[in-house]
Amino acid sequence: MTARFRALMGACAVAALSTAAGAETITVATVNNGDMIRMQGLMSEFNAQHPDITVEWVTLEENVLRQKVTTDIATRGGQFDVLTIGTYEVPIWGKQGWLVSLNDLPPEYDADDILPAIRNGLTVDGELYAAPFYGESSMIMYRTDLMEKAGLTMPDAPTWEFVKEAAAKMTDKDADIYGICLRGKAGWGENMAFLTAMANSYGARWFDENWQPQFDGEAWKAALTDYLELMTNYGPPGASNNGFNENLALFQQGKCGMWIDATVAASFVTNPAESTVADHVGFALAPDTGKGKRSNWLWAWNLAVPAGSQKVDAAKQFIAWATSKDYAELVASKEGWANVPPGTRASLYENPEYQKVPFAQMTLESINAADPTNPAVDPVPYVGIQFVAIPEFQGIGTAVGQQFSAALAGSMSAEQALAAAQAFTTREMTRAGYIK
Amino acid sequence: MSRRITARRTLIVTLAAWTVGLLIFFPILWTVLMSFKTEGDAIKAPFAMLFSDWTLISYEQVQTRSNYSRHFMNSVVISLGSTLLALAIAIPAAWAMAFVPGRRTKDVLMWMLSTKMMPAVGVLIPIYLIFRDTGLLDTRIGLVIVLTLINLPIVVWMLYTYFKEIPGEILEAARMDGATLGSEILYVLTPMAVPGIASTLLLNVILAWNEAFWTLQLTTSRAAPLTQFIASYSSPEGLFYAKLSAASTMAIAPILILGWFSQKQLVRGLTFGAVK
Repeated sequence: MTARFRALMGACAVAALSTAAGAETITVATVNNGDMIRMQGLMSEFNAQHPDITVEWVTLEENVLRQKVTTDIATRGGQFDVLTIGTYEVPIWGKQGWLVSLNDLPPEYDADDILPAIRNGLTVDGELYAAPFYGESSMIMYRTDLMEKAGLTMPDAPTWEFVKEAAAKMTDKDADIYGICLRGKAGWGENMAFLTAMANSYGARWFDENWQPQFDGEAWKAALTDYLELMTNYGPPGASNNGFNENLALFQQGKCGMWIDATVAASFVTNPAESTVADHVGFALAPDTGKGKRSNWLWAWNLAVPAGSQKVDAAKQFIAWATSKDYAELVASKEGWANVPPGTRASLYENPEYQKVPFAQMTLESINAADPTNPAVDPVPYVGIQFVAIPEFQGIGTAVGQQFSAALAGSMSAEQALAAAQAFTTREMTRAGYIK
Repeated sequence: MSRRITARRTLIVTLAAWTVGLLIFFPILWTVLMSFKTEGDAIKAPFAMLFSDWTLISYEQVQTRSNYSRHFMNSVVISLGSTLLALAIAIPAAWAMAFVPGRRTKDVLMWMLSTKMMPAVGVLIPIYLIFRDTGLLDTRIGLVIVLTLINLPIVVWMLYTYFKEIPGEILEAARMDGATLGSEILYVLTPMAVPGIASTLLLNVILAWNEAFWTLQLTTSRAAPLTQFIASYSSPEGLFYAKLSAASTMAIAPILILGWFSQKQLVRGLTFGAVK
């Protein structure tokens, strides 16, 4: 090694060190979903605008992330500067004082452009605690060829009666085709997300105004009975183990006539590289029973700053970039409009280019049809459509989900599952002090 | 006659051993096979998956998205560091218990083992707070300390049972020749116990390499080992089997190779002494 080469190496090292010393590093915790992974690939654009901020990504499976972030935020560990959290956590954590308010984002950020249904779920006492990165509702995805073969036409806003009729006509078990695929795997974010939203359309609710559980009412009984009947007669075998990914695989392999699930699935089932039925997919609003509420949910992944962060300003700059209108334009220019994170801004849906995306309009209508502050036909004391935004819900929701999953597996009847759910929920809510 | 029975027995035992071995190995084999498929093929029914095209695309995607070498180096440092530190503490401790046992030695041994019976999550918050206040969160040294403490009971037990097999007279002879306590352990006991120490070391490296609770909870990015590398590829919405399999294969390959080359030592270590 010559002296000159050594000197050059030394200079490089000093330069690298001084750059690193000048830059502020923020740690972003995120779930593994396509939109967040895409953003990691676009970080050079962020760095060009903010050379003084370096972003360190921590990508984790949803449940691991939730546990880890909860530990860190509860102990004010300060390990993360930006968190990716769901609409369930934001109101609870905001109320606890665990999140930094984002009301002071710059005017060009245009927070008023965020869809009201999403924004309301992220605001506590007038403070916006998280910025939505990607929003979703749920809707029906169906096979247009099978629907035609069955001699039916899917209305834009179908009823559960129609769904039952279509499921019966589309089912051909000999050909391994099942009229309907729905979630059956137990969990508050799995089968209970779907069943709670479905029950809303039947006029059911989790709690009355005094926090009394309502599983002993007729509405829940009707919803669960119809769900079990649909899945037992026209659903795929082993449905009590199926979640989003299992149903996605079944639908992509052409085994489902209809599938009611997250709007984000639309981009997967219409992608010819993954789906064998990409050219034969239609969309419709989630069904109702004519009681004024549809069975669609509302969810968003949001970026928030934990109260323990030491780098709040840099974190806010990152959030303002990642959830801005410009970011949507950036993704569109690199990967096409179909890959822009959906469901957060009104301006996106006003864009004529985006309106050409086949599922854009249905996604917007589904989101607009959801009202987290008024989710059921009757009044409720809670916020949330497919969940109840109280800390106890994760445990209660999963326990109830296990009962309903057992009913789907055939190990208990609908009545038994509802009775067990009622007893368990009453006990837990009494313990937690909601029921006096 | 007796030869025929023996031959048949050998055949049955061999077949049974292979069956059990293959059953245990099957999930790993399937993971490796799946890692060479596209996401669409990986979710197909088992036979359809086997006969679909082979590809390296998942490995390519995993390489582009993650910094494998950083996670790998963290795993190496954490597992080796915690094992060496545990051995440095456990060798003197096991010597004391094996050769100069007190009245309560058995109780101490049992108490150490009992610490393994508590669920780790029970002490998560206190340890997290200690780490936060001492600046050990997301550091390799922090994980080395925690994994040392977690595996210490097993290391002490393994070494204790191994040392118990060594005749105390040899150590006495060394003492008669004027060996100090340090040189007795270092120059007499340790060389005799090399096979036992080696197998303890190997087992502990494997345990530390695979530890997936503390390594996930106490790290974020700088000290994150391969367990976090795997955890980043599971997804609630979207297909991920092939990428997850590729990440898992890359994470377990080094330890699988190490285990393959050292299996004799491992088996000896696990079947030696009183704790079988």
